[in-house]
Amino acid sequence: MGSAIEVRGVSKQFKLFHEHYTSLKERVINFGRIPYEPFLALDDIDFDVEQGATVGLLGHNGSGKSTLLKCVAGILQPTTGEIVTHGRVAALLELGAGFNHELTGRENVFMNAAILGLSKRDTEKVFDEIVAFAELEKFIDMQVRHYSSGMYVRLGFAVAVNVDPDILLVDEVLSVGDEAFQRKCLERVARFQREGRTILVVSHAADLVRRVCDRAIVLDHGKMVVDAPPGEAVRVFREHLQGGELSEPVEPVADAAPADTEPGAKATYRVRITGVTIDHPGRLLDRPWLLPDEAMTVRVHYHATERTDDVLFGIAIYDDRGNHLFGTNTRIIGVEVPPADGDGEMSFEFDRVPLLDGTYLVTLAIQSTDEGVVYDWREQQDQFAVMNPSRTQGAVSFPLEVRFGDPAMEPAEGTGA
Amino acid sequence: MRARISPRERLARIIRYHELLVGMVRKELKVKYKNSILGFAWSLLNPLLYLVVFYIAFEKILKSGIPAFPIWLLSGLLVWNLFSTGLGGSTGSVVANSGLVKKVAFPREILPLASVGSTLVHFFLQSLVLFVVLALVRWNVAWAYIPMLPVALVALLLITAALGILLSAINVYLRDTQHFLELALLAWFWVTPIVYAFQTVGTRQKSWFKMLWMANPVTPIVLMFQRAIYGELDNKKTGQPLLPHWSYGHYVAYLGWSFLFGIIVLVLAVWVFGRSEANFAEEL
Repeated sequence: MGSAIEVRGVSKQFKLFHEHYTSLKERVINFGRIPYEPFLALDDIDFDVEQGATVGLLGHNGSGKSTLLKCVAGILQPTTGEIVTHGRVAALLELGAGFNHELTGRENVFMNAAILGLSKRDTEKVFDEIVAFAELEKFIDMQVRHYSSGMYVRLGFAVAVNVDPDILLVDEVLSVGDEAFQRKCLERVARFQREGRTILVVSHAADLVRRVCDRAIVLDHGKMVVDAPPGEAVRVFREHLQGGELSEPVEPVADAAPADTEPGAKATYRVRITGVTIDHPGRLLDRPWLLPDEAMTVRVHYHATERTDDVLFGIAIYDDRGNHLFGTNTRIIGVEVPPADGDGEMSFEFDRVPLLDGTYLVTLAIQSTDEGVVYDWREQQDQFAVMNPSRTQGAVSFPLEVRFGDPAMEPAEGTGA
Repeated sequence: MRARISPRERLARIIRYHELLVGMVRKELKVKYKNSILGFAWSLLNPLLYLVVFYIAFEKILKSGIPAFPIWLLSGLLVWNLFSTGLGGSTGSVVANSGLVKKVAFPREILPLASVGSTLVHFFLQSLVLFVVLALVRWNVAWAYIPMLPVALVALLLITAALGILLSAINVYLRDTQHFLELALLAWFWVTPIVYAFQTVGTRQKSWFKMLWMANPVTPIVLMFQRAIYGELDNKKTGQPLLPHWSYGHYVAYLGWSFLFGIIVLVLAVWVFGRSEANFAEEL
């Protein structure tokens, strides 16, 4: 199959005006020249999108992904380079762009469809479907100005996906509306994919890209960083965004708790945590994250100001929303803890970390065995990240095997006969 | 679809989007008088109020003495209104629709054209009323010239659309255009023989002023409408000439200048618009 979108050496330079001179007087005063800084929003971007493919453009704010999408849509012209598209293009840059508040929903549907290049007769054919999709049967003859923002957005999406585009350009809009409508949008996107239409989707939601895309392109400061399968691209995206750091610093969730109820507030520092390192196989490869089911070692260095026999080490793991995923200590596990005296080191060794994706926070504690005295409490200061290269969704890596036609899986023989 | 397209493809694209043009015109008409009590009646009230003002100023105060002054005035004024309102609307059209321009790709020429289109609808409505009035008072129009009216109208639309496309593009970069245009149109109105007769200047000696005045591309169109609708060449009461005693061919030839002007500006406009369109989304 041929290419639906060809992007050839596309660069886009914006002029950043410090002030926007648009009146003649100001132009004359400045001798027609307006001081500006050139800003390269896109730098020599080159890629193809095959027909029927779904490609994601990943990048953080200001990476140029929306600019690139606007260039493909024909709203902006690249400064250099060329973009060729084959087929009808519908761009969902902003839902309901071009809706006129004075007109009714019905009138706006026809206007919007016409702007997207659909004839009146074709619009009539899909009109009922548009209204049904937007769930606005009762309100379609009402002026759009009285619509809620949700209704507005639903109608915009409904029109755009019903204009029968060969190429659909989507900018972040899949994250609008309530959950039910989002699901509906994703279903429609899936139908588009089955119908062999081409989709170019811009997002900074790595999860979405992983879910719907066949391929993803990562942009950073206008440059193409990678063009790879979604898992790989998401990995590179996170790595790039985080500038090689272990992960995006996650705010300790427990920060808001009143100081005197915090366990750490009563710490006696008789045994103090002097350092924590989190090791995993990726470290050897200079890879700052774990793959799902990789091993991990949390090493705790401590210093006891005097010999302490009554010692317990505890560990807890939280996700970035503060959910308590795991917590245990040496007493629960039932291991013998040697007395602490001077500098020492202990480690929690996990054979495998059954997590899929995300950044996790670690809390470490040294207490007396009855947990009555807190020697030191390190609340969510250490973290590790897990990166999922596959397209499996969710948070937990359940061990799974899939079988077909295995006789052992069938009901016992003879019971039915 | 290629990013940069030739003028011919550009034209083909506009034609392909003709339904959008029709839709835009309908939208402008609907939105313009929404929430106004008189609504569409304003379209008729506007030239009527002009008529009252000019009637008092020219007939009662200045005593210009043109017989059947309302018919004289309206035969030129409706044409002028189409030109000035259409040009004013289309000049601001791209800026006014910036939300659309920044978010959706479609031939942007549609925007100024839709402004001209909606003004055209008002013009037809006003003309219809004028013709009903003419029929009621049994006014003798110059029937021979009536078939030339659609031709003159096409020339007027050509000039209005061409200038509208040109100025709408310039207005994106220089917002002064809009304000300057208001003044320019006021001056332009008075160098067009609408409230006064063509022959007031037409009978003068050849001079640079007269040449320049004659070069006004709206004048041949106004003249054709006056010739066809008002019909009388001379002031019946005073015997003074109002319209030039030209042959049919002379009137048509003069109209040719309007066409020529319109085509030249249109070529220029499409070129300028095509070159600047690429940056509309950035400038707005």
